[in-house]
Amino acid sequence: MIQLHDYPLSGNCFKVRFLMDQLDLDYQSTLVDFYPGYEHKSPRFLKINPLGQLPVIEDNGQTIRDAQAILVYLATAYDTSGTWFPRDRQGEIYQWLAFADELTGSISAARLHDAMFYSLDVAKARARGTKLLRIVDEHLWFTEKDGHDWLVPLPHPTIADVACLPYIALAEEGGIDLAPYPSVARWMERFMRLEKFKPMPGMMPLEMPKETP
Amino acid sequence: MKPDSFTHSQWYAIGRIGDFEGANAKPVRLLSQDLTVNNSAGVLSVADAEGRSLQSQIRYGHLWTTLSDNPRPLYDMPEFDEPDRRLVTAGGVGVRCSGLRCVENFLDMAHFPFVHTDILGVEDHSTVENYDVSMDADKDEIWATKCKFFQPLASAAATGGQMTEYKYRVPHPYSTILYKTCPIRENVWDLVGLFIQPVEEDECIVHSFILVFDEDNTDTGLLHFQQNIFLQDRMILENQVPRKLPLDPRWELPTRADASSIAYRRWLKANELQWGIALFDKAA
Repeated sequence: MIQLHDYPLSGNCFKVRFLMDQLDLDYQSTLVDFYPGYEHKSPRFLKINPLGQLPVIEDNGQTIRDAQAILVYLATAYDTSGTWFPRDRQGEIYQWLAFADELTGSISAARLHDAMFYSLDVAKARARGTKLLRIVDEHLWFTEKDGHDWLVPLPHPTIADVACLPYIALAEEGGIDLAPYPSVARWMERFMRLEKFKPMPGMMPLEMPKETP
Repeated sequence: MKPDSFTHSQWYAIGRIGDFEGANAKPVRLLSQDLTVNNSAGVLSVADAEGRSLQSQIRYGHLWTTLSDNPRPLYDMPEFDEPDRRLVTAGGVGVRCSGLRCVENFLDMAHFPFVHTDILGVEDHSTVENYDVSMDADKDEIWATKCKFFQPLASAAATGGQMTEYKYRVPHPYSTILYKTCPIRENVWDLVGLFIQPVEEDECIVHSFILVFDEDNTDTGLLHFQQNIFLQDRMILENQVPRKLPLDPRWELPTRADASSIAYRRWLKANELQWGIALFDKAA
């Protein structure tokens, strides 16, 4: 069974849990005391991931770190539908996986500063996060205009959406207002209505009627 | 605003003991003042910005200090001396609202089905049954008792839904403790509590603890259960307007389910607490 080194309040761990649920994979979470214990920086954990970061999975004798890399691994190994990481769209998808890393370095950093007292330049992190939100909002506005719902214009979500969703949805926890980004709000709502979506603390799914009369 | 005398005269938790390991001096902020915690060979002391030494004590897993030379005594929790209980301290979490709002949110059962869905409540069981609220005049503290709520997953040790019985205690304007039915032992209470460090009038750090009987969960499992719940609350707390606590009834209207909050607000008023309170603004 897949082992996930997991912290329930990590957006990067959320991505991996979400995709494993979508793919109906059995997995076991090993809880890591990220805060206040900083167990991910302990000598024992650094043997598993020398970067001292979550998540990490262990599967079939392999240890894989980095949320985005894990999404690629899981989709490649287990997605029989071929929709989460389609072969002919991988360039576009990788572009958004790199974008997700930028979200981790900005919005997630601001959130860790505000809630858990990480020492960093929070004004700079918020400014970068705001710039990224403008970029994704504009992209989604044009995507919607062409009749599409997801970051990569396909009839279904891909791991690009999975990678970008959590830290965008958690932006307000880092003191970044989401109100100016209406296309982002609609995209988040579509994502949160996907089957088996389980919000993590800090995500505010709007309860909308599933069918309009 | 300078803290009123009720606020000024209290003890405040400013961190877990372990938070001050490994550094000779660590800055902390309390009641809009910069303080320093000094660690001299494992002995902790607290000084204000002028270098004046403040009173401090270690209790309930945390370091406490006070700005007052003549503070009110810190309240007792004899459960901390009982054998077999496990203490897990969750670490401080920053919240952009008055710490008084955090106490009030903690007392509120009506939000369980909607904020802690499928953990502390379910939407099909959203009724808050009547409960009793009383003042302990000797100790000057509030008790809400006979609180009952249907909970699908009342704690990390729970295996299914149960009617959970609660008692709430407010012994301090910035502390509150919940006594809840222990899912694995008869006739004892598990404790969950908040020690709030008011940083500014509309900003605080919430230190929380659980003190439970639990033989199955790891400390990390208990910690994550508690952190999950509190981070769900944090999102709601940061969206409350105004960020300070309004005491004027023209601003927020209570219902019967808010009896404990009504008592809390009356108690704050009776003690002439002003720091962290929003004044009524006709424009708002």
